[in-house]
Amino acid sequence: MRPFDYRRAPDPEGAVAAATGWAEVAFLAGGTNLVDHLKLGLAAPDVLVDISGLPLDAVDELPDGGLRIGATVRNADLAAHPVVRRDYPLLARALLSGASGQIRNLATTGGNLLQRTRCVYFRDPTTPCNKREPGTGCSAIGGYTRHHAILGASAHCVATHPSDLAVAMAALDAQVALLGTAGRRVVPLVELHRLPGDEPHRDTVLAPSDLITSVDLPPLPPGARTLYRKVRDRASFAFALVSVAAVLRVEDGVVRDVRIGLGGVAHKPWRARRAEDVLLGSPADEEVFRRAVDAELAGAAPLPGNGFKVPLTRNLVVSALRELSREER
Amino acid sequence: MDGEIGLRVDGRRRRLRVDTRTTLLDALRDGLGATAPKKGCDHGQCGACTVLLDGRRVITCLTLAVAHDGAEVTTAEGLADGERLHPVQEAFVERDALQCGFCTPGQVCSAIGVLAEVAAGHPSAVTEDLTGPVELTDDEIRERMSGNLCRCGAYVNIVDAVRDGAR
Repeated sequence: MRPFDYRRAPDPEGAVAAATGWAEVAFLAGGTNLVDHLKLGLAAPDVLVDISGLPLDAVDELPDGGLRIGATVRNADLAAHPVVRRDYPLLARALLSGASGQIRNLATTGGNLLQRTRCVYFRDPTTPCNKREPGTGCSAIGGYTRHHAILGASAHCVATHPSDLAVAMAALDAQVALLGTAGRRVVPLVELHRLPGDEPHRDTVLAPSDLITSVDLPPLPPGARTLYRKVRDRASFAFALVSVAAVLRVEDGVVRDVRIGLGGVAHKPWRARRAEDVLLGSPADEEVFRRAVDAELAGAAPLPGNGFKVPLTRNLVVSALRELSREER
Repeated sequence: MDGEIGLRVDGRRRRLRVDTRTTLLDALRDGLGATAPKKGCDHGQCGACTVLLDGRRVITCLTLAVAHDGAEVTTAEGLADGERLHPVQEAFVERDALQCGFCTPGQVCSAIGVLAEVAAGHPSAVTEDLTGPVELTDDEIRERMSGNLCRCGAYVNIVDAVRDGAR
């Protein structure tokens, strides 16, 4: 591990200032992803700015009925928060389906969103990888691709984003508050992460000194039902092959509100807008659900090792919508 | 680059200088001789390095020591009350919930964390009702202990031990 300077940030503005002007810099919160990358040689910052002591660890109810989640709120604390469990159950479900109890006690909201891909080639510095070393090629293409993308990938990178939390937040229309050298700004969660294109080394739209300070969740429409479901190779402590976060409101048999986030299928948490367009205003029945997910998957480009993800995604989304549209007993 | 930190480890105040790159696990083991937490995978995947940090179960291999100045750490070694083992340790012995024992200090610390989380009513991925009380079923124990691997495969008895430890 390359030596680095360690600085404790006095406040959010001080954290951004401390992170400005370095070739390689990283914010340290829970460390569960970053320290792993330091050991693997995937990250070699000149300076680590520790933000774990900043007052960004609160969960506050907003006047409009929404929720503001501080960037350093621990995943375990967020999943256990009474308001999250009552009003945003899909968020609690997504968090609880990720990592292990000991990791969730360290990992933070901001860090979870900014965790990097679990692509085995990205994590192995002895192999070419455009995300790790731009221009060296992609070892996954023609290689082991069970966990790789079927939507929005490029000839340069087929990695997937591993977060569960981000998928739920995509379906919740979350807004990410940032502090940078030019001040504060807000980015919709679905625009925080990028598709790989020809710059797969850039996971997000953030500049190196941009600090996530909080994430806002708007209130869910009254009557909406939600769900998070994850398919993986073992029942616990594994990343998603495919996951779905869904919000659905049906009135008199017609879909009046729908938001679908997909995980494990793309370089970013994938918002299924094409499926949503088909669903909105249509009868909430199985035929429509199938047509909707097929519209989304029309653009799917599976690799030799992950063709199963196309029917898996189709079945997962249809079953999620079926469950959410079922009459309450 | 070095930093100086103070920790309270198993009830004793300790000060040490650490390279900023040192994990909490290496600081405990190599810096302070607290060798109950074990280095298994060193990448957050096995749970052998689990301790209670300020009362909560955490892995120590993916967190930097320099970031924990002033923290209270309880390793498996600090759980006993004099000669009297912690009830969860007793249960591991009674239930023969180990074979080689390498993962056991992490399992025990994790189990104590699990029992506290259940007592506080925190749900898990297998809890049916997110807002209701949590019952310590075997499914709950398996799910909550999934971050602790046992290469000997003592899982069946570990589930029994965690259940007994709650009494």
